[in-house]
Amino acid sequence: MTEIAKVNTLLDDMVQALQSELQTRKISDPLMIGIHSGGVWVARELHKKLGIRDDLGELNITFYRDDFTRIGMHPQVTPSNLPFAVDDRHIILVDDVLHTGRTIRAALNEIFDYGRPASVILAALVVRSGKELPICADIAGSLLDLKEGQHIKLNGPDPLSLELQEGK
Amino acid sequence: MKNQDIQLDSQGRLRHFLTIEGLKKPVLTDILDTAENFSTVGTRNVKKVPLLRGKTIANLFFEPSTRTRTTFELAAKRLSADVINMNISTSSTTKGETLLDMLRNLEAMHCDMFVVRHGSSGAAHFFAKHVAPHISIINGGDGSHAHPTQGMLDMFTIRRHKPDFTALRVAVVGDILHSRVARSQIHALNTLGVPEVRVIGPRTLIPAEPDSLGVHVYHDMKEGLKDVDVVIMLRLQRERMQGALLPSENEYYRTYGLSREKLALAKPDAIVMHPGPINRGVEIESAVADGPQSVILEQVTNGIAVRMAVMSMVLGRPGDEQEAG
Repeated sequence: MTEIAKVNTLLDDMVQALQSELQTRKISDPLMIGIHSGGVWVARELHKKLGIRDDLGELNITFYRDDFTRIGMHPQVTPSNLPFAVDDRHIILVDDVLHTGRTIRAALNEIFDYGRPASVILAALVVRSGKELPICADIAGSLLDLKEGQHIKLNGPDPLSLELQEGK
Repeated sequence: MKNQDIQLDSQGRLRHFLTIEGLKKPVLTDILDTAENFSTVGTRNVKKVPLLRGKTIANLFFEPSTRTRTTFELAAKRLSADVINMNISTSSTTKGETLLDMLRNLEAMHCDMFVVRHGSSGAAHFFAKHVAPHISIINGGDGSHAHPTQGMLDMFTIRRHKPDFTALRVAVVGDILHSRVARSQIHALNTLGVPEVRVIGPRTLIPAEPDSLGVHVYHDMKEGLKDVDVVIMLRLQRERMQGALLPSENEYYRTYGLSREKLALAKPDAIVMHPGPINRGVEIESAVADGPQSVILEQVTNGIAVRMAVMSMVLGRPGDEQEAG
């Protein structure tokens, strides 16, 4: 196991970048949604540090995946819980690792089934190589160029640590 | 061939859902857990998830039904599947077409799943045996044999109120002999570990060998309802009255109808269930059906989430493409 970066340092950088991004966009009262499960861990920290007024939303994109017929149903999932109306609100969407972009595609679809947000900002702890869709993060804790077979994994929730896994 | 063999694929996953009998506890628990996840979809702004987009599901109802057909249809639509409803009693069987010919015709329409309700026991099993390998069959009730999705939605409703099955005493009241609902409930309750399942009814409406079902038999409501956690009332099928199995509606109500007085014998926090449609004043007093202990309408709502769970589990089995060839 290789620990590659101190998550706390990355989180502090993200908070700063988010504050400046919100200021630029003149957003004062954003909502935050974390994607299950790693994204929720990261979002909990950011939510606290940014002092966001509304409760944190949690999104489970299982029912929106594009590979359902390949991976099937997993009964032990935590259902999505958005304890607010998303209509006309500015949303910060948080995931742990942005890789192919497919998870974010699914998450956006699900969010729009709840309503029509005013805007969505994407924040990821790690943005790695391997993009398959035209989806970029607005805020990235760290950028990583990984070789084929390498994976980055967030361990948590307490403490949070990033682990680089070598392929077989 | 046994029913339970045909409904599982080579990896032990549900490929049809024909009966609860013979299924292992983890399969039933998976259905309940999956349904729990779907239960929030109905309360959202857009009551739909894209899981079964592009799949076609045909509801083949050879017997009239309102609740079951509607909740199957809603379940399929909330999963984004396309649904066609066929009430076949009024369709081609009256023109002399055989069941197999009809099946071949429906297959030719490239459906992925048939939900079958039929008056004859074993009809869903017959379909599953003869259908093309890529099509799944869900039993929506066959004769007096099984109604597995009803059985599972009842378990889901019980678990919501009484999370520990192993601490429950459950009574099923009424026409056990002819009830596919009762049979599915009893199999599910036993598999999920309920230690005491009671059936209560007149001798003429209890199967000859109730021991094979794993239940305790009572003919007296006062004894049978004592200290139970769950009371499940069954609909009195009025057509049975003609067969001399029952004296009269009035007498049945006096003896086996669930009144407030009789319900008071159960535990104070007991829940009252009924698969519907209810006959007020025949098997259940209105004040009980509409009372604080009744979860009858919750059962209807839960039916949608449970049917979504079964449909998505059956149609989402990874690796099945190769198996089907």
